[in-house]
Amino acid sequence: MSMLITVTKNLLEGFSTTFEIFGLTLLMALPLGLIISFGSMSRFKVIRWPIRTIIWIIRGTPLMLQLIIFGFGPGFIGIKGVNTFVAAIVAFVINYACYFSEIFRGGIESIPKGQYEAGQVLGLTKTQTFFKVVLMQVVKRIVPPMSNEFLTLVKDTSLANTIMVYEIIWNAKRLANASGILWPLFYSGVFYLAFCGILTLIFGYVEKKLNYYRG
Amino acid sequence: MSILELKNIHKSFGKTKVLKGIDLTLEKGQVLSIIGSSGSGKTTLLRCINLLEIADEGEFLVNGEVIFRAGEKISAKEMQQKQLHFGLVFQDFNLFPQYTVLDNVMLAPKLHAKEEYKKDRKKRKEIFDKIREEAIEILDRVGLKDKIDSYPCELSGGQKQRVSIARALALKPSILFFDEPTSALDPELTGEILKVIRKLASEKTTMVIVTHEIDFAEAVSDKIIFMDDGLIEEEGTPEEVLKSPKSERTRAFLTKLSDQ
Repeated sequence: MSMLITVTKNLLEGFSTTFEIFGLTLLMALPLGLIISFGSMSRFKVIRWPIRTIIWIIRGTPLMLQLIIFGFGPGFIGIKGVNTFVAAIVAFVINYACYFSEIFRGGIESIPKGQYEAGQVLGLTKTQTFFKVVLMQVVKRIVPPMSNEFLTLVKDTSLANTIMVYEIIWNAKRLANASGILWPLFYSGVFYLAFCGILTLIFGYVEKKLNYYRG
Repeated sequence: MSILELKNIHKSFGKTKVLKGIDLTLEKGQVLSIIGSSGSGKTTLLRCINLLEIADEGEFLVNGEVIFRAGEKISAKEMQQKQLHFGLVFQDFNLFPQYTVLDNVMLAPKLHAKEEYKKDRKKRKEIFDKIREEAIEILDRVGLKDKIDSYPCELSGGQKQRVSIARALALKPSILFFDEPTSALDPELTGEILKVIRKLASEKTTMVIVTHEIDFAEAVSDKIIFMDDGLIEEEGTPEEVLKSPKSERTRAFLTKLSDQ
């Protein structure tokens, strides 16, 4: 029994790091993703093509590899003392911002041209039209793909242990190695499952809330 | 002075010349209907005047003030100001689905009032109350007072179009434009829109209507133009254009319509 409590405590400690990665990534990747999506839709090729190339590279290579590059890359070129937690956050933010940007782009491009024209003939500025007319409709449309990304992020945080960020899997592995028991590793799955369950409920609620109108 | 004056408007899309030199004047309080077959440039003309398309050549004036002159660059802010001379009712409504009927009507007036209450936050409530009052009054005029809290998806096509008319009226435009306002509606719903337009005409609202409803155009208009192949082929009172057209093409168009 006391073993279970010790393990639970240990895993919870690791899970707080997991949660930090999750929260900080969302906090920065969502606005960055919106900015990147504007870049990828820019009229100007000099903006559009570099942005699309970056999206291609980030989406086309494993997140684990990106973590290693940001985690160990600085040391390799002689920059000492880089905090691996910060490196992990940078890697997650860039990676997820690129995925989010494509979801935003899809959402924004799905809004009919007539909505923008209605805004224009009512004398609204482009910014007003985007924030007062378009954005809310985009949000409604991207909730389902976003919930997918959020759930994926919860589980992707476990990759951070490859660059020695002490999140829940790291703690579970350490316990397994130290005491020769495997079950803490399986037990860690329960934490992910519970967290994803809560997220699913929240997204269900948001979807329902946004269902007050169609179109 | 004419309320609207178009001079030599040209517009091409790629190599296709859609407008080939349109000259037109409209007096305050007049109703102008634009008829013509699909592809004759009616809608493009309307979109050029409403600055949704930028004409390649020509200029137009409202009450003698230049609103557009080809080749002249204007700032976004000026453009926004000029836009407010006009109201446009779209064929497919383009209501904002996430807002109630009342909020659809109030959105633009509230955003435009920002300058007024920016310095004095206390005035905000006062201004918003006034906007609300006016919006409800306008919705009452189009017969939708009992629908102010509905969402567009809960309305019929005719009701949606009446909201979109109210939304345009709320900004008190000098000229109200309609782009085939009944084309997206079931035939039994066109009547309620035509009734609203007729009422606006009796109140001396200056209007330009692109329409396929010839009988309606005849009843409501002071002036009709028939467009063909990017030019005004015939222009005059409903009597002149519809009853005794001078142009062969107008006659052919009218015959084709009455055959249907």
